[in-house]
Amino acid sequence: MEILVCVRRVPDTSENEIQLNSAGNDIERDELVYSINEPDNYAVEEALQIVAKVGGSVSVVTVGSEDDEEILRREMAMGANHGILLTDDAFTGSDGRGIATILKGFVQQGNYDLILTGVQAEDGGAQVGGMLAAMLDYPFASLLTSIEVLEGKKLRISREIEGGNKEISEIDLPCVLSIQTGINEPRYVGMKGIRAAQSLPIPTYGASDLRVALSTVGESAAKIKRVDYFVPVLGKGAKMLTGSREENVEKVAELLAAQGGLK
Amino acid sequence: MTRIFAYIAHKGGVMDTAFELATAARKIDSSAQLTAVVTGSGAELDAVCASLQPFYGEIWKVANDALSYPNAELIRKAVVKIVPPGSLVLVAHEHFGIDLAPGLSINLNAAYVSDVLGIEGLEGASLKVVRHEFGGQVSTHVKCDISSGAVITVRPGAFKPLEKSGVSGLVVDRSLDVGALSAGRRYLETIAAEAGEVDITKHTVLVSVGRGIQEKDNISIAHDLAEAMGAAVSCSRPVVDAKWLEKSRQVGSSGKTVKPKVYLACGISGAFQHLAGLKGSPYIIAINKNPKAPIFQVADVGIVDDILEFLPELTNKVREMHSVAAK
Repeated sequence: MEILVCVRRVPDTSENEIQLNSAGNDIERDELVYSINEPDNYAVEEALQIVAKVGGSVSVVTVGSEDDEEILRREMAMGANHGILLTDDAFTGSDGRGIATILKGFVQQGNYDLILTGVQAEDGGAQVGGMLAAMLDYPFASLLTSIEVLEGKKLRISREIEGGNKEISEIDLPCVLSIQTGINEPRYVGMKGIRAAQSLPIPTYGASDLRVALSTVGESAAKIKRVDYFVPVLGKGAKMLTGSREENVEKVAELLAAQGGLK
Repeated sequence: MTRIFAYIAHKGGVMDTAFELATAARKIDSSAQLTAVVTGSGAELDAVCASLQPFYGEIWKVANDALSYPNAELIRKAVVKIVPPGSLVLVAHEHFGIDLAPGLSINLNAAYVSDVLGIEGLEGASLKVVRHEFGGQVSTHVKCDISSGAVITVRPGAFKPLEKSGVSGLVVDRSLDVGALSAGRRYLETIAAEAGEVDITKHTVLVSVGRGIQEKDNISIAHDLAEAMGAAVSCSRPVVDAKWLEKSRQVGSSGKTVKPKVYLACGISGAFQHLAGLKGSPYIIAINKNPKAPIFQVADVGIVDDILEFLPELTNKVREMHSVAAK
C-alpha cells in the first residue's frame, strides 16, 4: 500500500508557554521549541505499522519552508521512506483551503492508496484532511482510533465518538483519514537515527511543479485571516495561592476538608 | 439578506447544540432567515423536527433510510443538493461536525471557519469571530470572507441555547430533492466504551491528572493522594494516549462526563474538550507549572507548582489530618 502522510511543524505546547507578543498581533515566536504536530506523528506511526503488515511505502509531505525539513527528517528516522517539501513564495499565507489545494496538486502527481493527516494542529481547524478528500472526491473519515486493511481495496476503521464509544465503518480506497492521538504508540526516535536522516535527499516542489493556480493559494486567496491575538477569558479566574509550598499544601488541605473533599 | 442554515445532528433525540446554533445564527445576523436542516428516518426524525419548530423559521426535513445512522459522508451529499450557493451553514464542532464540515465547505465552494466560540459581527461580507489556539492558551479574532458563503462549526457550550419564541417553524419536506445516496464509507456498528475497573462518574471527589504527571511511574503519586482523600483518580486525554491510565478514567468530550463536588486538577492544562466533561460546577482546585494554563481561568483556587513535588506533600498532610482526627 502506498501511503502519504501530511504533516506539520508546530510550536510544541508541552515545551512552551504560548504567550502574546508585545504588539498583540501574533504569539511570541522567538524562543519557541517546534516539533511535529502530535497527531501527525501518530499518523506516521500508523502508516508504518500498516506497511509492515501489508507492504508498500510511506511518504511524508509538508507545506512550508526549509525550516520544516527537520520534521520530515525526524519522520524518516522513524522509518518513512520518502520526505517531500512543498515550498513556494506563493504558498505563504495560505489558509486551510489553500494548503489542501497545494496537497491536492501533489497527490495527483503520485499514486497513493491512502492519505493520512493528524486530526488537528494546535493552531489549526481540523480541516485539511476533509477538504483534501472533497477536492479529490475520495471518501473521508475523521478521528480514527483504528485501521484494519481488508481484502478488496477496503479498510475497516474505528472513529472516536461521544462518551468513549467507537463508530465502526468500512471505507473504500483510495481515501483520506484523519488520525486521533492514542491510536498507537509512536516509536522512539534516537539522536543517532535523526543524524543518519540528515543526509537523505528531500525533493521540493513549487506551484508550477504541482500545477497549482496561483490564484487559489497564498494570502490573497485566503478567505480566513487572523486579525489579532489576545488572552482568553473563560471564567472569573481562580484565586491564586502565592504562599510557600508548605503554606499552599496546608491551605489546599483545609479547603478540601471544608468542601467535602476528604473522607 | 443572509440565509443561515443550521445542520442539526441528533442521535436518539435533539441535543443542546441544536438551540445553541440558533443563538449563534442570531448573533451573526438577527434579521436572517433561520433554517434548520435535519436528516434521518422514521418517528425520531419527526420528533426532532417538532422540537425545533419553536426555534427555527423553517425546518428542512430529509427522510431517507440511508440516513438513519448519521454517516457524514452521506449527509454531506444530501446537504449539498439542497442548500443554495452563498449560504451560511452552521454545524456543532463535535465528532460529527469535524467529519462533515470541511468537505462540505469545498463542495459548496464556501469559506470554512472552525470551532467558533464568539461572534463579533458582520461587516459587509466579512464576519468577525473568536477562536482559540494552542489548547485555549491564546484567543484570536478571525475575519472570514463570506461573499461565497461559509461553513462554520460552533463550539458546543459556547453559546447559550436560544429561548423558545412564539413562532412555529414550517416543516418543509426536501426528501425528494435529495433522492438516492451512496458513499465510499459505510457504517457498520457502534462499540460501547469499556466499563473499566473504577466508575469515575460515581465519585464525588476526583484527583485528576494530566500531562504534568510526566511518566507512568508517577501515576502512583495520584493514587496515593486519592487513597488518602477517599477519592478516585481520573485523568485528561494525554494520559490515556500515553497508556498511563485506562480510557474509562478519562474526563472529557471523548471520555466520561462527571459531576463531582470537588475536582483536584493536577497538571491539567484545561483544554475545552476536557472541561466539556466536567459538569455540575464542582469546586476546582488546580495545580499546574504553567501560570498561563487555561485551567486557572475556570478553577476556584489555583497554585503554580510542580505536581510531582506538591502532591506527595499534600498526601502527607491529609494523612496527618486523619491521624490527628483519629486520636
